[in-house]
Amino acid sequence: MASPAAELESRAVESSSRWAEFRAWITQPGVLCSTPVLLLLLIGFLAPLLVVVGYSLMPPRTFDFGHVPTLENFISIVNESYYRSFLWAFGLACITVVLLLIICYPLAYGMAKLFGHWAHLLTLLLVIPLFVSENIRLFGWVLFLIKRGVLLGALESWFGIGADSMLYSVPAIVLGLVYVYLPFTLFPVMLGISMVPRDVTEAARDLGASRWQVFREIELPLAMPGILIGAMLTFVLSLGSLAESKILGGQAVIMIADDIETAFTFGQNWPLGSALSVLLILLVGSLVLYVLRRLDLDEILGRR
Amino acid sequence: MNRSSSKLTRNLIALWAACILVFMYLPLACVALASFSKNRYFRFPIPKYDTVWYSKAFDSLTVQGLFETSLSIALLVTAISVVLAFFGSLAFARFDWRGRKVFQKIILLPIFFPQAVLGLALLLWLSSIGIIPDWRTAVFAHLIWIVPIATLVMSIQAYSFDPALEEAAFDLGATRWQTFREVTIPILWPGIFSGALFSFLLSWGNFPLSLFTTGADQTIPEWLYAKMVSGYTPLVPTLGALTTLGAALVLLGGYAIIVFSRGKGAK
Repeated sequence: MASPAAELESRAVESSSRWAEFRAWITQPGVLCSTPVLLLLLIGFLAPLLVVVGYSLMPPRTFDFGHVPTLENFISIVNESYYRSFLWAFGLACITVVLLLIICYPLAYGMAKLFGHWAHLLTLLLVIPLFVSENIRLFGWVLFLIKRGVLLGALESWFGIGADSMLYSVPAIVLGLVYVYLPFTLFPVMLGISMVPRDVTEAARDLGASRWQVFREIELPLAMPGILIGAMLTFVLSLGSLAESKILGGQAVIMIADDIETAFTFGQNWPLGSALSVLLILLVGSLVLYVLRRLDLDEILGRR
Repeated sequence: MNRSSSKLTRNLIALWAACILVFMYLPLACVALASFSKNRYFRFPIPKYDTVWYSKAFDSLTVQGLFETSLSIALLVTAISVVLAFFGSLAFARFDWRGRKVFQKIILLPIFFPQAVLGLALLLWLSSIGIIPDWRTAVFAHLIWIVPIATLVMSIQAYSFDPALEEAAFDLGATRWQTFREVTIPILWPGIFSGALFSFLLSWGNFPLSLFTTGADQTIPEWLYAKMVSGYTPLVPTLGALTTLGAALVLLGGYAIIVFSRGKGAK
């Protein structure tokens, strides 16, 4: 049996060795280099999210933290059918992801495997619109689609065809979402497809696999990390999109980000807006964490 | 037979790529077209072309103010984000340390997050600690989203970094600072430059974060949005075309510098 003094001593040794371990960890160059970014995200990302969670538990229409926490806001979300805007956002985001995967896969395949040098130019051309504010680009669609706009005006004066504008409807919102988030699907999918080694597909073809089999059993699984990232990025961003439904959708459909913005601005109901945000954050967060856990970023971004 | 069918696939995909390019540039072309219309309200075919709204835009004090706000925010964001993202990318890709995998995923979180909600959360956070938002808080808001992106961009360069070069410099008697200045930075330079370019352009064009965090100040995208929603003026397409042109020039200029310096490095 150890004497108390010996035990104390061994504990002291243990804690000092733990301290030394911690010091060794903290002085690693990697830890030091990551600190500024982590601090920025701590005060600029984590703290605001905690504040939002805090506000979501305050009574409706209050503007500070000095109240007894309550779940009233969440109850009113269910009762006052705010869940509808959730369903709309969810549905539109799903449609956008599916459409974009179908649209982008062939192009991504071409850029990763077929186009060679032209792929660089194509990448540059597809990146440029990303740097133009999305509301300018959406406004361009308004000019194109609006009554007497580029499309309808041309149809009417050149071909004598009169048609109704499709602006301010659900398809217009989907068009806007597909347009804005196309690069966010395309580039990750392209990255994924470029990870498929050419030898493997060629070997499969030599062994008699059909084109469809090669696609389903080789390309698709090997490109999956990129496809997953692209799909998730598009889904999450369209779920929280604001400008598309406002500029192209008029009042056709209210999406969740709309409701959140209204609660904060015209509604002057911060706790309700926060509660809606919390639900959105939970949805987005659980999805992102689930997907991120399965990915190895070193492999995707090309660590040797 | 196999060869001709694969050629057909190639051509079909090339055609598809052309369609997508048209799709991506169609709205920008419409904005450019509308900016040359003389009428107060846009209609097509345009009855009369004129550059009157361009000269009005250049003379307008409002536009000048918007330009200054947007530019100050973008420049400040670029300067801060380059420094933070540089060290972030070293931690992301260059060093091996316990916690790196977690760090890599934390970095991605703000990118995978709806910006409008992030902007509102920041507004709430600022008001709860008693800071009144103005253009400087918008700089902070932009950084939360842009630093992670710049970190990723620089990391791609940092992955190809060979640590043996730094070790060689040490062995030859260089100090830590000399190694950093003479070896590390020059090698990572293309990545740093692209990161700066991305930071500037993303901040310049950002709308959802600015909307909630600029307070009484206004950036160009915010002003355009306000005028689109209510109080349309023909300055909207004009200013839209001008800021697009500005962004394109910065991007192409930057790209030319990268290509040029790479060519020089090869010689």
